[in-house]
Amino acid sequence: MTQVASKANVNVDARFAQQTVPARAGAGLKANHVDAILADDYRIGFLEVHAENYMGHGGAPHRALEAVRENFPISVHGVGLSIGGENGLNPDHVARLKKVVDRYEPGLVSEHLAWSTHDNSYYNDLLPVPYDKRTLNRVCDHIDQLQNALQRKILLENPSTYVAFEHSTMSEADFIADIANRTGCGLLLDINNVFVSATNQKYRPMTYLSEFPLEKVEEIHLAGHATDTDDEGDPLLIDAHDRPVDDKVWRLYDIVIGQMGPVPTLIEWDNDIPEWPILREEAKRADAILERRASSYMLGSRHAAVG
Amino acid sequence: MSSKTIVGATALAGAVAMALSGATLVASTTTASAKEKCYGVSLKGQNDCAAGPGTTCAGTSTVDYQGNAWKLVSDGTCTTMKLPDDRTGSLEPLTRDVPA
Amino acid sequence: MQPWVDFPASNRIVYPMKLGTFSDAVINADLPVPAGIIGPQGKKAAKRFDVYRNNVIVGLVGSLVDIFPSVHNLVGDEFFRAMAAVYARQEPPTSPLLFEYGGGFPAFLEQFEPVQKLIYLPDVARFELIWLQAYHAADVPVLNPDALAAIAPENLAETRFIPHPAAHVVRSGYASVSILSASRSGGDLSSIDPMVGEDGLISRSNYDVEIRNLPPGAAVFLAQLMDGETLGAAAGAAMGEAENFDIAAAITAMLEAGAFSDLHTNDDNGRGSTS
Repeated sequence: MTQVASKANVNVDARFAQQTVPARAGAGLKANHVDAILADDYRIGFLEVHAENYMGHGGAPHRALEAVRENFPISVHGVGLSIGGENGLNPDHVARLKKVVDRYEPGLVSEHLAWSTHDNSYYNDLLPVPYDKRTLNRVCDHIDQLQNALQRKILLENPSTYVAFEHSTMSEADFIADIANRTGCGLLLDINNVFVSATNQKYRPMTYLSEFPLEKVEEIHLAGHATDTDDEGDPLLIDAHDRPVDDKVWRLYDIVIGQMGPVPTLIEWDNDIPEWPILREEAKRADAILERRASSYMLGSRHAAVG
Repeated sequence: MSSKTIVGATALAGAVAMALSGATLVASTTTASAKEKCYGVSLKGQNDCAAGPGTTCAGTSTVDYQGNAWKLVSDGTCTTMKLPDDRTGSLEPLTRDVPA
Repeated sequence: MQPWVDFPASNRIVYPMKLGTFSDAVINADLPVPAGIIGPQGKKAAKRFDVYRNNVIVGLVGSLVDIFPSVHNLVGDEFFRAMAAVYARQEPPTSPLLFEYGGGFPAFLEQFEPVQKLIYLPDVARFELIWLQAYHAADVPVLNPDALAAIAPENLAETRFIPHPAAHVVRSGYASVSILSASRSGGDLSSIDPMVGEDGLISRSNYDVEIRNLPPGAAVFLAQLMDGETLGAAAGAAMGEAENFDIAAAITAMLEAGAFSDLHTNDDNGRGSTS
């Protein structure tokens, strides 16, 4: 994996000026926000797109993304590759992802620790994997294949989970740390997912974060969640991306940034999408934390955290 | 078809000339409206820019109709059209017995 | 091993679960929660597992609403969502590209008992699938009318056209073109007689997909041109179908809609210049 482990992706034939994603707040790109984003005096740090939405041949989606990409750095987030699947990666889908990445030159490319395809059916959700050796080997193989195909490092995102597998033998944080060690991939830390999974699986988010290899995190996701109840009437959190980020998640984010220093931070809002200014306020809140923590980070807090 | 009809040059030339005299006007209006286009929803028609489904990487807090109990009264627009034999194009109530 | 994760007691053998068992139970709510799926600290997994069931079906139903806005509008939101859930459980997507989903929906509508009276509904759904294909079709400039103007009259009959990737001729035994147009634009349906057959052209000259009604014969004319027939032969075939076929009107419609991207004559085999 050494040939793709290098972080530098120097593209001498680059079409777009801004090749790297800055350690600022970004937003998930929605078609109905494009005009407002382009016209806004507030320059958002970056925009993240779901790869699958740009896998058509042409038309309005590509036209909008071209306009956005000319003005902003972007990150590409895959939602349909099914890295945890049992049937192997779909080579056609890998090729389509490569086409999107080659065309739009994102600073970051990420996918989920999840599966969604089985025996030719696509389930349109991020389904959980068991944390055992067999699954670990399979996921590592898939990430190797993907990084070789794309000729770049990818980031793997921790999931929101609602159930567990009885035959799991590892903790999620250990499982993810092992994948990163073996494949050289980077990590996308979704702090809302940490909070959702920790609540649902009855552990403390801070315990999870203390086990998580923060030094490999190159992007953070923040989003809102909904609250349901489980069979016993206890809170069951749903990763709904349909409201502002919860205050408890903001507090965890502040702590994480204090530990690891500023990192590109995405606000995700995928359901009940608000007008752009509301999403922008969420981004500004992340920007404020990043700025405040950047100064303390300069004063040397990183040594304390990492050392 | 047993024999193929070919329309000849004269008829075609006349038709093309007539079409082109109208097409020029159409072409210029198309260009004009393109300049006003936004990236999101089309300004032109109400739903003519409908984009189809997009992806999500989120779960949902909306709950699906899982029950057996729903009986549906249509609130759709199909009932405004008249079909022959006094049918109004209404929908049958859905029950769980429907082929699934 | 972290103390905060519950692992199975060591005196039990736990066999790895096939992910197919998981997905079968996700899509079929009559199946039990798969053995080996658990909640933490001995909690039940039923409502937890239902989150996945719900996510998948609500997500697919939402996609179908977006793919078939006219069908949705015609039958109403509540009915459509319930019907779409039946379809989604019966036929989940085979591709992670959701804009490719729903290919079997028109056939489903044909056999789905509660909508049998809406005889035009499967055709409307077929047209909506083509509409979405057109929306995502490759960006190719449409034929410039000047290229046609530049063809010498004696070469017109032998001229052939290259179809634009977004252009499709659609035909229905019902008024499916008018029904689709009216329901997408929020127009009035009450003046439409659904039993009158219609032809249409779905196309995209910039980024907006359009559907227009075609006059008699024009569907045959355009379909033949799209198959690579010559202008003379296509016009002849159209006149064979409709005595009152108006060539000029059909050519106007095809130029206006951007149904073609280029043309060539037998002489040059290339761009539309003649000499």
